Amino acid sequence: MSALRPYLPVIGLGVLLALAPLFVTSNVALNFLVFTLIIALAAQGWNLLGGFGGQFSFGHAAFFGVGAYVSAIWQMSLGLDAWTGFVAGTLAGAVTGLTIGFLAFRAGLRGSYFALVTLAFAEVFRVLSNSSEATGGAAGLLLPLRIGAQNLQFADRSTFLAFVVALTILVLLLVQWIRGSRFGAQLVALRENEEAARALGVDVFAVKLKAIGLSGAITAAAGVLYLQYFLFIDSNIVFGTWISVEVLLAAIVGGLGTVLGPVVGALALHGLGELVKHLAGDLPGIDLAVYGAVLVVAVAFLPGGLVGLFRRKPAPRQVRKTAPEGGRV
Amino acid sequence: MYSPDIIIEALLNGLLTGAIYALVALGLTLVYGVLHIINFAHGALLAAAMFAVLLINQLFGVDPYVQIPFLTVIFFAVGYGLQRLIIGPASHGRDENILLVTLGLSIVIENLLLAGFGSDTRSLNTDYSFNVYEVGPYLLSQVRVFGAAGALVTAALLWLFLSRSDTGKAIRAVAREKIGASLQGIDVAHVYAVTFGLGCACLAVAACLLLPTFYVNPKIGSAFVLVAFTIVVLGGMGSIVGAMLGGLIIGVVESMSGLFLGESLGQIGIFVIFILTLLLRPTGLFGAKA
Amino acid sequence: MSTTQMSPATGTLPPDEMLPPAEILKVENVTMRFGGLTAVNDASLTVKKGSITGLIGPNGAGKTTLFSIASGFLAPTRGRIAFEGGDITGVAPHRLAERGLGRTFQIVKPFAGLSVLENIVVGAFLRHPRRADAEAVAARVAARVGLGDRLDDPAASLTVSGRKRLEVAKALATGPKLLLLDEVLAGLNPSEVRDIIPVIRELRDTGITILMIEHVMQAVVSLCDEVFVLAQGAIIAGGTPQQVVSDPKVIEAYLGKGAAARLNRGETADA
Ligand SMILES: Nc1ncnc2c1ncn2[C@@H]1O[C@H](COP(=O)(O)OP(=O)(O)O)[C@@H](O)[C@H]1O
Ligand SMILES: [Mg+2]
Repeated sequence: MSALRPYLPVIGLGVLLALAPLFVTSNVALNFLVFTLIIALAAQGWNLLGGFGGQFSFGHAAFFGVGAYVSAIWQMSLGLDAWTGFVAGTLAGAVTGLTIGFLAFRAGLRGSYFALVTLAFAEVFRVLSNSSEATGGAAGLLLPLRIGAQNLQFADRSTFLAFVVALTILVLLLVQWIRGSRFGAQLVALRENEEAARALGVDVFAVKLKAIGLSGAITAAAGVLYLQYFLFIDSNIVFGTWISVEVLLAAIVGGLGTVLGPVVGALALHGLGELVKHLAGDLPGIDLAVYGAVLVVAVAFLPGGLVGLFRRKPAPRQVRKTAPEGGRV
Repeated sequence: MYSPDIIIEALLNGLLTGAIYALVALGLTLVYGVLHIINFAHGALLAAAMFAVLLINQLFGVDPYVQIPFLTVIFFAVGYGLQRLIIGPASHGRDENILLVTLGLSIVIENLLLAGFGSDTRSLNTDYSFNVYEVGPYLLSQVRVFGAAGALVTAALLWLFLSRSDTGKAIRAVAREKIGASLQGIDVAHVYAVTFGLGCACLAVAACLLLPTFYVNPKIGSAFVLVAFTIVVLGGMGSIVGAMLGGLIIGVVESMSGLFLGESLGQIGIFVIFILTLLLRPTGLFGAKA
Repeated sequence: MSTTQMSPATGTLPPDEMLPPAEILKVENVTMRFGGLTAVNDASLTVKKGSITGLIGPNGAGKTTLFSIASGFLAPTRGRIAFEGGDITGVAPHRLAERGLGRTFQIVKPFAGLSVLENIVVGAFLRHPRRADAEAVAARVAARVGLGDRLDDPAASLTVSGRKRLEVAKALATGPKLLLLDEVLAGLNPSEVRDIIPVIRELRDTGITILMIEHVMQAVVSLCDEVFVLAQGAIIAGGTPQQVVSDPKVIEAYLGKGAAARLNRGETADA
């Protein structure tokens, strides 16, 4: 029982999410939930590296896009099936993560430098996919409509929602498990102080590499889901800066380095976005402007994110240093 | 493949654009050199300045060049206020937080511009927009020559200001040794804000110089911001001379890769330079002054 | 590399039956330059297995730099480090931790956002991959250094003395054979020093060799079997604490020219 205790919040949120497909019927609400959970999943990938590991990426679109494009090409050009495409896209995200990580961490890039180099990689991918024939160029790729579970396309949205929910819960459990593992402890340790971690036997380079590989895989899986749900991708969507921003925003607003943070953050942000759009009418970009303001406010006043507000024991802390304890969420 | 004339003309045009890039990068590198922060909102602030030029021109018919003194002061004040009231207090002095706060600001600015002006791409046409100078066999756009000249003059003025004025000396003292400077009675928070203001003032000048030749839309900042980062990294973070040289290099690279790789793939040259510099020589080609 | 492990005394035995070398750490002619500054200058010292060895010297003498070289954080400009008979010059810190060489930092480096237990668990994970085991080890270590009742407190809430204890606990949790302690007593008041001295002695009694940088002479004298003195990067003396503290060269290095004579007139050295 005590070994299960840390999993209780995850299980709680999982049950809530699992009930959603049963009760939500309106298409608007289903769309909202599916899209938000896809972002939450991508944000969970970001959070593993940024929240737990303290390595802030500004280019997670690179992974999201690689997942989506690899899976699309897998199905369209190679004629292979959607499920293996899902796996292939996810693995491609891991490989991309490992490659970028190897280069950036070998070069010793940290902090702002790491953020900028990831951003530049995402932009390279965006430009390349925008001008390469294999990726459909600027026109993008339209996945043919072939409804059927074997094609990972479902006749009704609530089935797709159930699939996304299942995946989200799986990843939540995975992250919660990582948190308690040796790898998780080492990751958090190097975020707090790299030198101290090294003195305790942490192979900082290897741990960071593992983190960015996993991070890339999770975010890429979210990219595949995006493809399977919307059936259309282009370079500005899946490699666009917006996705890099949304995932870091969701993780930070929800609570950096917490297991539930990305899901809570994505739901809260998108909820707020819908509300703002509702209030402000059709003013373009107004929801995003609010997101930007939320980011500033979160950094200024919410060091533990939304999840931090519900922490049982608020840590006394005058000077904020990265994410607080993070874990027992 | 191309005749030498076309290549030389592309080179000259690259240098002209590069000078303005350099001016944009100058503000960024100045802020980095003193505050040791990366101002992610730099591009969005440039977009805001460009819309300001456009708006003032449309409302009052004021020529972009005539707006320079006025807009410079306004943007200095905007920058001062942003640093003093938002960026400084919100980021609790942490590097990553500053990056996030300025990212947040850039999103706010970009999308407020979008909400206010719509997503259309606009441009400002003056009667002299299409004048050209004939230099031997080459045609050089008059406004681009003005732009480059204006950028160089601004850089020179900034350099004079930093090396001669008392405020400039205080800025350099803070850049060298923050704690030492504050012990000498320098108000570091004020100097930070002044520096940030100067960075934004550079953007105002750049906007006035750009608009007669360049188009503007709310997203234009993101196009500039990575170019500016590349220049700053290439020239060595915090180095003014490095930023000028880096700007010229990037202008030429962009124009050449546009020529040889085509419009859409052309941008890649800059990103690749950016990545390679960060990975191989993070102190920049010319080394940074600490 | 491994061929160098046989010491003359045991050279006839195959390596796995070899007796452990008497010296666990050997610093040979190490020099470290930072630009124009020579922080460590041709320094050599040995630490005997099972001993508490002291490294003393004035501020800026190069003690911490020597620790950073021995623990793999810095590669020396010249010279060689041997640990348990094997060359470890330039080996990465985490590898050395795996081999049993632990260190603390003079400027303590707690994982500020984590609880005391979580801090120590990071070290314990090195040899105990399962969380339950690592936590048990960490709790035991915490009790040993007197942090047993602070396990769930944030590390950031500890006092100076608590942070020093945490620094020791983290290193201890990695299960070191040799522990390098960098001024763990500095900044503590006399009663806190009195509390920690037995803790250190007890570590040695459980088989951990200790090399400690220390300014608190009372601790050096009461704990150390052997002391080396570093001044301006060079080892200027070595021997028992009594020999070293009465060595005029040492007194002058600390207190300036003529200090030895003054001391002989009856003033006492710093406690
Ligand atoms: N990374 C470094 N770069 C340049 N100089 C250093 C560095 N580390 C230490 N020093 C210098 O080396 C000398 C020895 O420092 P240190 O080893 O910390 O002395 P101690 O621990 O004996 O007080 C000092 O003059 C210090 O300023
Ligand atoms: Mg020291």
